[in-house]
Amino acid sequence: MLAYAIRRLGLSVLILIVVMTAMYGMVFLVPGDPASLALGPRATPELKEALRERMGLDQPILTQIFYFFGNVLRGDLGIDVWSKRPVLDQILEVFPNTLILGIVALGWALGIGILLGCAAVVWRDSWVDRLLGVLSVSVISVPSFVVAIYALIVFAVWLNWLPAIGAGEKGDLASQIRALILPAFAVGIGWVGYLARLIRASMLEVMEAPHIRTARAFGMRERDIVFRHALPVAIVPTISILAVGFGSILSSAVFVESVFSRPGIGTLITGAVEKRNYPVVMGTVLFMTGFYLLVVTTADLLIARLDPRVRDVLRS
Amino acid sequence: MSSVADASPAARRSIGRALLSDPMGLAGLALVTAFLLMALFAPWIAPYDPIALDVRAKFQPPSAAHWAGTDHLGRDLLSRIIWGARLALGISITSVGIAGAIGLVLGLIAGYGPRWLDSILVLIFDSMSSLPMIFFALAVITVLGPGTTTLILVIVLVSFPAYARLIRTQTLTLAGADYILAEKAMGAGTGRIIFRHLLPNVVGPLVILICMDIPVVIMLEAGLSYLNLGVKPPSPSWGNILSEGYNALRQAPYVVVVAGIPLVLATLGFTFLGEGLRDVLDPRGAGRRWG
Repeated sequence: MLAYAIRRLGLSVLILIVVMTAMYGMVFLVPGDPASLALGPRATPELKEALRERMGLDQPILTQIFYFFGNVLRGDLGIDVWSKRPVLDQILEVFPNTLILGIVALGWALGIGILLGCAAVVWRDSWVDRLLGVLSVSVISVPSFVVAIYALIVFAVWLNWLPAIGAGEKGDLASQIRALILPAFAVGIGWVGYLARLIRASMLEVMEAPHIRTARAFGMRERDIVFRHALPVAIVPTISILAVGFGSILSSAVFVESVFSRPGIGTLITGAVEKRNYPVVMGTVLFMTGFYLLVVTTADLLIARLDPRVRDVLRS
Repeated sequence: MSSVADASPAARRSIGRALLSDPMGLAGLALVTAFLLMALFAPWIAPYDPIALDVRAKFQPPSAAHWAGTDHLGRDLLSRIIWGARLALGISITSVGIAGAIGLVLGLIAGYGPRWLDSILVLIFDSMSSLPMIFFALAVITVLGPGTTTLILVIVLVSFPAYARLIRTQTLTLAGADYILAEKAMGAGTGRIIFRHLLPNVVGPLVILICMDIPVVIMLEAGLSYLNLGVKPPSPSWGNILSEGYNALRQAPYVVVVAGIPLVLATLGFTFLGEGLRDVLDPRGAGRRWG
């Protein structure tokens, strides 16, 4: 287990180093430098020179990369070109909003997805199963930001039940929850279908296992077999999918946050891209990559703990 | 693993029949065909010029003259949606095509080339797929500036690692097969093994994966254009129409409602078709990209 954990962590660190180098190198692949990119075509040479110096761009590139790694290790992701605020502060300010959105979206999707997946297994090959199959595929494919816009029109504009924009008042939990409902619905809906299918497939495989046959032979009720003996086993493979899927949840969140003007990582980075605020974009991408790698690695280690067969092969 | 390429004409006909007998696959095929026709014949189908302004006719709800109404500049929405199909499909098919070709070549190199090269390529594929898709896309857009070319490049960059990994796995499995060893023993060169034996057998799963990826790519194009980071206005990208409609949400909600429909139908169509194809061609299921 320890050897596996070390190799898995090593791989993640290696990937992070490659990503960091690539991110930093990308700026040098294109004509112009980050200073001119940020300041736009109308900036004076003096202004550019000052910014170049402040960003350390007058140093040799290897020195720059060295400093960059050192700074990131110390938690310094650079300074916002416009507001002069540290990038990490801005990220940490809005990250909880995005994290809560992601967790709530994944949470409700998992709950409903498990129920629907089990329903499809209990009534397999009936019309319920077929209907759930078509519904699952349909909700998987519909883009989350379109769902978000439709939900906003119906529930915020026409019915006026829920707020259309923002993340709720600070310190007012009720308003924060109300502001979370529509975004979490839009981000999670695709995952309901995906998880329902995944649980169904995984369950059907588990239902063939000897311990289920034994349970049947003992005359247990089908419902107990499904929920108490098949589900706990069938749910293990979904852990790694959930972790990898958190990346796509975050991607949906970027669009959905923008639709609801909800402060978060998505609104932070899209605003920065528009203004070509390179330090903020790069810092956010690095932060989110690091976070995502952390989630995936943790999930892999968790699965290796739960399922010894995984430890034998390093899934790279 | 069975594949499309080595199927005989008769087998191919039965693939078609199997797809037609599956209601979901059939619905997907119909939708995709409709959108393809719309994209191909946009100049002849569209009743108006998609970017012609007619400010006097702005914000007209759907009527006999404008079936889908007009937007804030009086442009006919139906015409914009029809031309939007050309943009959406053009961009997605071009970019997944390029990504597929790159993935095919790199995957074959990784799977059949020297071990050290394989390790380096796998590390690159892994690193690129560990960036959550949208953040990587946004980083590239910041550096290059938004636009159609950037959009295609972004889609190629986020798509090809998954394709390359699929091809690599397929190649590795095949390279150890007895018939390849037999060919080698008979003195076949690397070129013959790659083009005659590996290539035809690895293409099938790639086609399925690409087809299942098209809805993701259509969504990405529309999403980035919606954020004003993709196709530049006044081009009638579905994302642009949505974003313009969003700005007039309270004044003319039908713009957003109408603009979302083609996006929903197109992604549904390609997903249904991909699912149908996968069930027919590869019952064990190909890998799917998430994130």
